[in-house]
Amino acid sequence: MNAPLPETRAQGIGVALPRKEDDRFMRGRGGYVGNIRMVGMLDVAFVRSPVAHGRIRAIEKPEGSEGAVYTLADLEGVQPIVANSGLAGFKNSAQPVLAGDKVRQVGEMIAMCVAENRAAAEDIAAQVFVDFDELPAVVDMLAARRAGSALVHEEWGDNVFLETFIDADLDDIRSKAAIKVRRKLRTARQSMAPMEGRGVVAHWDHRLGQLIVYTSAQMPHINRTGIAGCLGLDEGQVRVVAPDVGGGFGYKGILLPEEVCVAWLAIKLGRPVRWLEDRREQLTANANCREHDYDITAYADSDGRLLAVDCEATVDSGAYSSYPFSACLEAAQVGSILPGPYKMEKYRCRTWSVATNKPPILPYRGVARTGVCYAIETVMDAIAVQAGLEPWEVRMRNLVLPQEMPYDNITRKHFDSGDYPECLRRAVQAIGLPALRERQRRGEADGRRIGVGLAIFCEQGAHGTSVYHGWGIPMVPGREPVTLRLTPDGVLEIRAGVHSHGQGMETTLAQIAHEVLGIAIDKVRVLLGDTGITPYSTGTWGSRSIVMAGSAVGVACKELKERLIKIGAHLLKDEPAMVTWQAGAVVSPKGWKRIADIARTWYLQPQLLPGDVDPRGLEVSTTYQARRDSGTFSYACHAVVVAVDTALGKVELLDYVVVEDGGVLINPMVVDGQVYGGAAQGIGTALYEEMRYSEDGQPLASTLADYILPGATEVPAIRIAHMETPAPYTEFGQKGIGESGAIGSPAAIANAVNDALRPLGVEINQLPITPRAIVEALAAVSAVSGNQGRNA
Amino acid sequence: MKAAAFDYARPASGDEAVALLAAGTGMAKALGGGQSLGPMMNLRLAQPDSLVDLRAIAELRGCRRDGTGGMETVLIGACTTHADIEDGRFDDPSRGFLPRVAAGIAYRAVRNRGTVGGSLAHADPAADWVNAMAVAGADILVQGPAGRRTVAAAGWLQGAFTPALAEDEIVLGVRLAQWSAAARWSYYKFNRKTGEFAEAIAAFVVDPARDLCRGLIGALDGPPHVIADARGLLAALQAGDPAAADAELVAAGLPPGSYEHHIHRAALQRAAAQLKGNA
Repeated sequence: MNAPLPETRAQGIGVALPRKEDDRFMRGRGGYVGNIRMVGMLDVAFVRSPVAHGRIRAIEKPEGSEGAVYTLADLEGVQPIVANSGLAGFKNSAQPVLAGDKVRQVGEMIAMCVAENRAAAEDIAAQVFVDFDELPAVVDMLAARRAGSALVHEEWGDNVFLETFIDADLDDIRSKAAIKVRRKLRTARQSMAPMEGRGVVAHWDHRLGQLIVYTSAQMPHINRTGIAGCLGLDEGQVRVVAPDVGGGFGYKGILLPEEVCVAWLAIKLGRPVRWLEDRREQLTANANCREHDYDITAYADSDGRLLAVDCEATVDSGAYSSYPFSACLEAAQVGSILPGPYKMEKYRCRTWSVATNKPPILPYRGVARTGVCYAIETVMDAIAVQAGLEPWEVRMRNLVLPQEMPYDNITRKHFDSGDYPECLRRAVQAIGLPALRERQRRGEADGRRIGVGLAIFCEQGAHGTSVYHGWGIPMVPGREPVTLRLTPDGVLEIRAGVHSHGQGMETTLAQIAHEVLGIAIDKVRVLLGDTGITPYSTGTWGSRSIVMAGSAVGVACKELKERLIKIGAHLLKDEPAMVTWQAGAVVSPKGWKRIADIARTWYLQPQLLPGDVDPRGLEVSTTYQARRDSGTFSYACHAVVVAVDTALGKVELLDYVVVEDGGVLINPMVVDGQVYGGAAQGIGTALYEEMRYSEDGQPLASTLADYILPGATEVPAIRIAHMETPAPYTEFGQKGIGESGAIGSPAAIANAVNDALRPLGVEINQLPITPRAIVEALAAVSAVSGNQGRNA
Repeated sequence: MKAAAFDYARPASGDEAVALLAAGTGMAKALGGGQSLGPMMNLRLAQPDSLVDLRAIAELRGCRRDGTGGMETVLIGACTTHADIEDGRFDDPSRGFLPRVAAGIAYRAVRNRGTVGGSLAHADPAADWVNAMAVAGADILVQGPAGRRTVAAAGWLQGAFTPALAEDEIVLGVRLAQWSAAARWSYYKFNRKTGEFAEAIAAFVVDPARDLCRGLIGALDGPPHVIADARGLLAALQAGDPAAADAELVAAGLPPGSYEHHIHRAALQRAAAQLKGNA
C-alpha cells in the first residue's frame, strides 16, 4: 500500500519563498574562494604600474629573490587576452597578461611575486625596480578624440576603438520643431564594489591531468575558454570552479589577466597558488565602469511630442578591450538603446569608444542603459519645461502604447509586451504628485527645497544569438543548456551553467521545478558554477538567467515528467493516458507512485520497468531558446522625492517608488531584492560614487574612505509595486529584471534635484551630484544675479 | 595588502612605553585602538619596525576627577574608547557635549575600538576629537623621556597629521574643566555620508560661569581655527547675518567664494542656530 501523498505546499512560480541559500549565507557558512585552504599553497602579489603611461626600460628583480619574481619574459607561450569586435572599423588590440614594453594604466601588472604568504610576496614586490620612460597620459575621453592627443595604442593613429553612426536627415525636423533642447551630460567613472573582490586559487591535478581554477566568477565556462586559450591548453585540461560568489554585477564576467597569471604559475610550480584581490587593487586597477559623455539634442512639437533625438555619445573605454565583451560594449549599446521607451520620427546617433590611460571599462549592472536613461530622461524633463507640461505628461505623450505591443522601435528593438503608460501613471500616483507640488509651493520650515523626479525605461534582457552575433565578440549566447538527474531516493539535481551571486537561483530554479513536477524544493539541489559538473553556458549576465536557465529547467522538467509518467503508469498497471500527475506523483484510480518510488525502480529494481522504457532514463539534458531571441523587455518607472539643502549641497531622498513589470515573477521577494540592491547602486551613481583621475592619470581614490558608496543610512525604504505582463516568448512569461534597479535611479534622482533647483536657475548636468557641484552651481548663479536670493 | 613585518610590545607603564618608543629611534609607533594606524599599516603607508601597544597601561584607562589650580577637572585616560564616551561610561564634565561628539564618530565598530588618545595622536584635521577638544578648551597630557607636560588642545595640531607630540612621547589623557550647569554647547558636522570624515565642523561652547564663549571652525586642511571670544560672531549669526562670519572664515584659510567657505559658513550658521535652540 502506498503511503499517503504529501500535502502540496505552494512553492511554485509566484511564491515569495525564503531563499534556500540563505541558511548558509545568514550563518556565515558560505564557501568563497578566500575560504579555500590547500596544503602547500603559495600567495601571489603583483607589482603594478605607478604610472599611467610609460615605456618600460628595465625590470630588475631583487637580489636573492629572482626565482620568486616573474615577468612577461618568463611567461613563455602565454597568449595575451584578445577581445576584438567584428563591427566594422573596430581597432584590434591585445592585453598582455603582464606588461610588455609599455604600461597603459596605473595598476597594470608588471611582475608577479610569489611567497609563502601574501605579506612576504608584497615584501618582494616592493623591491622590484622598474625603470620607466614616462609618456604623456591620455586622461579625458574628449581630449583623447582630438588630433594631436598622445596615443594609447600608437599603431592605431588615434584613440578610438570604434566609432558607430546611425544617420538620419534632420533638416525637416529642425525646421518644424517648436521645441529644441540640448544638454551636455557627463557620468563619472565608477568602480564596482562587490563585497567579495576577485580571487583565484589554482592548482594542477595530476590524477585528472587538469588545471583546477577556483575563481570568483559569474561566467565560469567563459573563464575556462579564456584561460585555456591564453595558456594553450585543451579546454578538457581546465576545470573552473566558481564557488559562492559575493556579488558580481558584471565585474566577475571578465577574464582577468590575474587569473591567467596565477593559473600559469600553478602549473609552473606544481603547487597551489592563490591571489586574492584587495579593495585597493579593485578600486585603482580593475573594477572600473560607467564613464559616459553625451551631447544630446531633442526636438519636439509644441505639445511636447518627440520628433527626433540627435546625439553624440562618447564612452571612456580605458586602455584595453576586456574579454569577452570588448571595449565597445557600452558605446555600441548606447547607439541602439538611447531612444528608450519612446516613439519618435527620426533618430541620429554617433558614438565613440575611446581608449584612455585608465583601467578598461567593464560591464556594470545596467550596462550602458544607466547612462542612456539619464541622458534621455534629462532631455524629456527639459522638453516638459519648454512645453509647460508636467514631466509625466510629456512622457505620457511619447511612450509606446499597450495596444501597439509588440512594437519595433526606431532602432528596431522589439518591445515584447507591457503597458508603459500605466506603469508611469501608477508611479506618479504612488508618489503623490499633487501634494508634492503643493508642498513645494508652501516651502519647507528648514529651508530645504523639495524636488520630485521621474525616470521610465525598458530593459532588454536575455537577448540572444540574433542580437549578439553581429557584434563579432568572442562570445555569442545561444541555446541555454540544463541537465536534470534524479537520485535513487527521488532528489532532483539541476545542473545549470549560469551562476548565482545574489540572484537566488538555487531557490528560483527549484521553484520552477516544483511548478512542473510538484517536487518539494528541499528535494531539489541546484548545482551551479563548476564547469566540471555543469553544461557549457555563457553564464549569468544581461539579466538572462531566470529567462534562459529558468525556462530550460521548465522544459527539461516537462520532459522528465513524461518519462516518469510512463514508468509510473506501468508500475500502477495503467496506461499513461489514464494517469494524472499530482503533487509529485503519478496518480491513477489504483493508487499512486511518487518520484522517489519511480527513481528507486529505475536505479535499483529495473526488473519492474516496462520493456519499452525510455533508455535515456531519469537524466534529461536539453537546451532552451526563447521563441524569439530578441530579448525580454521588462520596464519600470522610478519616482523620487528629494530635499536639497542648498547651503551645504546635500541631497536627502525622502521617498522612493518603483513600479516594475518583470513579466511573470518567479519569486517576488527575490525580484524585490534585485530592485532594492540595484537602486542602492543607482543611488551611488547619482550622488556618491566617483573615481576621479589626476591630469597624469593617477586614480584619486584608493580606499572606501575616498570612494564613497551609499550605506544603509543613504538608502531610503523603497516602495515597490509590481505589474505582471507576461512575456510572450518565454516559457513561463518571465522577463529579466536583474539590472533594472540600477538603471532608473540616477535619472530619477537627477531630475528630482533639478526640479528642486530649477526655480533658482540651476540645473546640474553631471553625475554624481555632489555637494560641491550643487554649491558651486548655486554660487555661480548668485554671483551672476548679484546675490539676490538667500540660499539657506 | 598585508602589513609589513613588525615587532610588538605591550608595556605595563608609561615609562616603559616611552623607553620602547625612544629605543625605536623613530621606527616605533604607539598603538591605541588601531583604527587609523591599522589600515595605514595594511596599505603599507606606515611601516613601523615595532608597535608599542598602550592598552595595558592602567593609568591610560578609565577616567578620574581631580583638581588643578582650584578648579574641578576630569582626566579622561587616553585609552578610553569613543564608545565608552558615547555610552556615558565615564564621568562627563561637559554636560553631554563629549558623548554627542563621540556618537558621531565613524561607525559603531570603529567606536568600539578607537580611542581618544589614538585619535588625537593621529591628528587628522577632519577627525572629531582634535576639533571637539580644541573648542572645549581641554588640555592634553603627554609623557616623554623628559617627563610630563601639558599641551592646550587648541594648539595641539601643528599641521595635518602633525600633533605636538614627539616620536618618543605618548598621550596620557585629556583634562577638561567641569562645565557649569549654565553651560551650553553646539557641534555641527557636515559629511558626505554617515560615518565619513567631516568636510566641515563648527562648534560653540558657552559657559557664563567661566566667562567663556568659544567658537571653532574645523575640518580644515590644517589646524582648527579657534575663536577664543566668539560673543560677537555668535550674536551676529543668531541675528541672521551670515556675512559676519566671513572674517573668521578667511582667517581660517577659506577663501571667499570657495566651496569650502560656503560649507563652513553654513556649518557655523547652524551651530549658532543650534545654540539658540538650546538657550
